[in-house]
Amino acid sequence: MARPMGDSHRRFLQTIMSNGIIDGSQAKALHKHCCDVAGANYSQDRLDEFIDVINLHLQPMFMHIRKGMSEEDGLQYYALVNTAETEVTRMSSDYADNELELFRKIMDLVAESDNGTASSTDILNCGDALLSKKLKKKETEQVLNKFVQNKWLTEKHGEYSLSTRCIMEMEPYLRTIYQDLLKNCHVCDNIAFQCQMCENPDCGIRMHLPCVARYFRGRSDPHCPACNEFWPHEIPEMHRPLASQSQPSSAKENTAPRSTPLTSQGRRSGRRL
Amino acid sequence: MSQRKRLSASQNKAANQRSKAESDDEEDAFTQPSLSQVQRAKESFTPIQIDRKVAEVVQFILIKDQRKVPIRRADIAKHVIKEYRAIHQDIMKRVIHTFDQVFGLKLVEIDPKSHLYILVNKLEALPEEPVSLIPANPKHGLLFTILSVIFMKGGVVKEALVWGFLKKLRVDPGERHDIFGDVKKLVTDEFVRQKYLEYVRIPHTEPMEFELRWGVRADKEINKMKLLEIVGKLFDQEPSSWTQQYREATAAGSQSQSQR
Ligand SMILES: [Zn+2]
Ligand SMILES: [Zn+2]
Repeated sequence: MARPMGDSHRRFLQTIMSNGIIDGSQAKALHKHCCDVAGANYSQDRLDEFIDVINLHLQPMFMHIRKGMSEEDGLQYYALVNTAETEVTRMSSDYADNELELFRKIMDLVAESDNGTASSTDILNCGDALLSKKLKKKETEQVLNKFVQNKWLTEKHGEYSLSTRCIMEMEPYLRTIYQDLLKNCHVCDNIAFQCQMCENPDCGIRMHLPCVARYFRGRSDPHCPACNEFWPHEIPEMHRPLASQSQPSSAKENTAPRSTPLTSQGRRSGRRL
Repeated sequence: MSQRKRLSASQNKAANQRSKAESDDEEDAFTQPSLSQVQRAKESFTPIQIDRKVAEVVQFILIKDQRKVPIRRADIAKHVIKEYRAIHQDIMKRVIHTFDQVFGLKLVEIDPKSHLYILVNKLEALPEEPVSLIPANPKHGLLFTILSVIFMKGGVVKEALVWGFLKKLRVDPGERHDIFGDVKKLVTDEFVRQKYLEYVRIPHTEPMEFELRWGVRADKEINKMKLLEIVGKLFDQEPSSWTQQYREATAAGSQSQSQR
């Protein structure tokens, strides 16, 4: 029989549930905290095993703690997701019908864009054209703030994108709704919204910004990893997780050091269902 | 968004229209089925089907609980359990067990007459958490303040006293607040529906006067001793110097200990 859950696991699970999403370093600190408080055995390198125990018990509930990467900073995050098909409905207890309609419109805008963002101007126009009940400009702004506050969207210079939490939790839904509009990142094979695209029309692969940064690190003359065409975009610089910051950047640039968060087993098992 | 997905479209719809058609004939769903009925029902569902039903009920309750509004047993029956009603007792037993074992939550029946449930956390928020178990919510700050006032005033206060106190903190119930919006509505409606507060008319008052007490959820969730310690720090006084409150907090502590 599987390892039983203790209060350390329950505290960890509840904290993720009530926060929606936590980042990798928070997860590490939380792991230690939960074990300390419950008087359970703690060893630093056992976080994955610790989460496996929780996931085993969550499986019958069609839930899973999934590890994923942020499109913005390339860091690891953990969120509680559902392993079955998804709808925007978990938001429904927090939002009115017209607010949910606005959110679906924003997802449309983001999915149809080239760079995974929607401008506040476009969103404000959507608010004015809702079927359920129009939102005034001021109201739309308030709702947008609420989406950001509750970690469903992120905002930068008036551009909105889907948050890591949103993508992780709603991936199955997004794939069903947008199908061909969505492409995976060539590097990490996860869904890619905020990304760069190869400009060769026969190729058009996408890469997340952090994946671009990691892949082309130290290369002065970047070429598309799929078609070998020149990569015309500016290579972003990424803030690296502390653990790998000290690595010399010249060495083997695209064998991402041990922080490769990209092939989480959570994602895999999620798809299978 | 994650927790609803296993529910069918009709359940989703039903959950959105929470207030609609909550008639009491649903209670019939829970009249005791005969032994042979239960037996037959058990045989007509596969273990996998029953497992799935348990998962659906768990998710349904988790989603409802996000709003902190009590969950009616009739709603669980109507929207989730449905044709499995003959074995609802078995299902609910497993649901309660799952909340306890997996989530560290306790499903508590707060009103045996109308069969209302709330989820109570069995784990306590602690100081110096790297990520807080209960993320800071300004509304909770306001609620905690009001609960403290009520507790320190002996368990029940006239609403005017609370409004006066809040005004001193620059939260005027007569004005729209930036964070809380309509403060009066938040306190006398939202917190009341969530069972954190009770708001009742004082009999024979003209014009009508109302008083505020702790609601059932506050009783279950708020640790009175912790509250007293916080107030004590505020006034630089030992918790035990408030004899009555201290006695009540000690009693509540040992009671919740035995419940856990
Ligand atoms: Zn990628
Ligand atoms: Zn290419």
